[in-house]
Amino acid sequence: MNAPGSISPQAASPGMPEKQAPPARLKVEQASYAYSATDRDAPLFALGPASFEVRPRELVAILGPNASGKSTLLRLLAGVLPPLSGRVQIEGVEASQLEPRARAQRVALVQQESALLFPLRVWEYVLQGRYPYGRRLRFESQEDCVMAGNALAQVGAEHLRDRWMDQLSGGEKQRVILARALAQQPLLLLLDEPTQHLDIGGKVELLRRLRRLADENRYAVVVVTHELNLAAEFSDQVVLLHRGKCLRVGPPADVYTRELLEPVFETSLEVEISSRGRPRVILRGNPEADSAGLDDSSVPEPS
Amino acid sequence: MQPLTIRRIVLTCAVLAAVLFAVSVISLKLGAYPMSARDVVLTLVRRAIGHTDAIPSDFRLVIFGLRLPRIALGILVGVALSVSGAGFQALLRNPLADPYVLGVSSGAALGAILSLVFTPHVPLAMQGAAFLGAAATIAAVYFLGRRGGQLDSATLLLAGILSASFLSAIIMFLMTTLSGRDLRGMAFWLMGDLSTAPPDWNLLGSLYVVLLAAVGAIYTTSSDLNLILTGEQEARHLGVNVGRVKLVVYVSASLLTGLAVSVSGSIGYVGLIVPHVMRMLFGSDYRILIPTTALGGAIAIVAADTLARTVVAPTELPVGAMTALAGAPVFIYLLRRRLP
Repeated sequence: MNAPGSISPQAASPGMPEKQAPPARLKVEQASYAYSATDRDAPLFALGPASFEVRPRELVAILGPNASGKSTLLRLLAGVLPPLSGRVQIEGVEASQLEPRARAQRVALVQQESALLFPLRVWEYVLQGRYPYGRRLRFESQEDCVMAGNALAQVGAEHLRDRWMDQLSGGEKQRVILARALAQQPLLLLLDEPTQHLDIGGKVELLRRLRRLADENRYAVVVVTHELNLAAEFSDQVVLLHRGKCLRVGPPADVYTRELLEPVFETSLEVEISSRGRPRVILRGNPEADSAGLDDSSVPEPS
Repeated sequence: MQPLTIRRIVLTCAVLAAVLFAVSVISLKLGAYPMSARDVVLTLVRRAIGHTDAIPSDFRLVIFGLRLPRIALGILVGVALSVSGAGFQALLRNPLADPYVLGVSSGAALGAILSLVFTPHVPLAMQGAAFLGAAATIAAVYFLGRRGGQLDSATLLLAGILSASFLSAIIMFLMTTLSGRDLRGMAFWLMGDLSTAPPDWNLLGSLYVVLLAAVGAIYTTSSDLNLILTGEQEARHLGVNVGRVKLVVYVSASLLTGLAVSVSGSIGYVGLIVPHVMRMLFGSDYRILIPTTALGGAIAIVAADTLARTVVAPTELPVGAMTALAGAPVFIYLLRRRLP
């Protein structure tokens, strides 16, 4: 279990037997969505029914080419969008029915951050994650500060806490944004393309960190990403989307087949299975066998 | 990591209140009728403890009949304009938002003039009409400032500046046709002035009640505004009811602008400069920014008005000329720093 004072999902029940598979934290049953035709700015887009479950300690990757519906699915999971049909339940409660604060205590959604209007220190930013736990006009308690400190420690960013947000590097900023999400003590951690502006080292480090957070702190993590090989390396399940359809859900080794991936990503590729049983995608037609995302040898073993 | 505490807010506000008191004493002292600071303080103390008989009658007239009502009005206007500026900056996510620059003051002035014409004897009608004028203008500027469904910073400012110019033209037209080239009235509505006869203490009292209610309403949203300033979507995901907060700030900030304009005309740039100075001094957290901005706005207007009536004495400048002299350069500085 967690060390005393450490930050972890607030509803994790300590008495739960460790051997049995825990009940699903997130349950998606035939959830679908369609953008309204009356909205002039959004193209008409429908996300077909998707079903899967995410348990504590699981890391699930949502994969698919651009405009396949990944971010829409993530917003359904976050309860920001109500499903057109089907259900999205977080610990048995319909996500979109939750009152905003109650939802923010259960779900943390990390998106590409907006530009800050006025300068802000890292610790002030992370303390914002404690907002759902107070009254409307709130002043942070000692406990909030401890939680924010722990969240920074969990992402290895304690040393950044007095820095200004706009003076951080891309990787540092991504860690601080993650820390704010952890300060929410969510049951479910959702990330929308968190690796987008990171270099390859930063991408590996972030995925490894998410893996560790899931393993050690019982988070249920869902990541939208374009990184096929990193997703294969670190996730327990992948959800493959294509043009608004949920094509396949399952462990990476089941989903990563040439027959399935080639038409989806519209490129020639091969799938190898590494010695650890993890699939790896290699782009075809390249004599040096460049991998689609990452060379296998540089990826450390997930803990 | 030192989170903001109520203690820090109270201490900071106490210091600013002391500065406001000092500026007010200086303002009471300065003018055509010379008085020493000692006389001023002594008169105030005598009044406070009820020894009004001991106050010389000309002191009583100058302080309680002329200068103190003007200072009370200046404080009201300063608080209202600067807090509404801070409110609009958060509402529109634009650091250059200010009731004057956005044309909101001109909208309020037009509302007030129309009520002077159509409902001249209805109590508080002018304030109500100024509020409606302000609310309608900011709504129009908001929609004109959108491009592709997004609020665009530069378009918003242009929409505001053009609205201000358009509304000012209507005001000039009305003032010319209705009251026969009332130049002083024009200067009042377009530049802002505190030298016209201040409202009586009863009206001033009810205006202060509205002021406190509107500032209080904005203050209750200050935790939410901090999150909205880091991103509206993110604020929503953190549990902020963004629609409700925006409605509260929209109504309250329009009310504050209407209130200020109805008694002092369109004084510019206070809502821009004061929140920025307070951010530099005390940080951008709205929980401390709103009260310090309120006090800072009061200090700024009382000081600017004191200068306006003393620098070229016996002639008085409109206070809006003083704030524009200081404000326009600051606006250009911020514009060059913020916009790409």
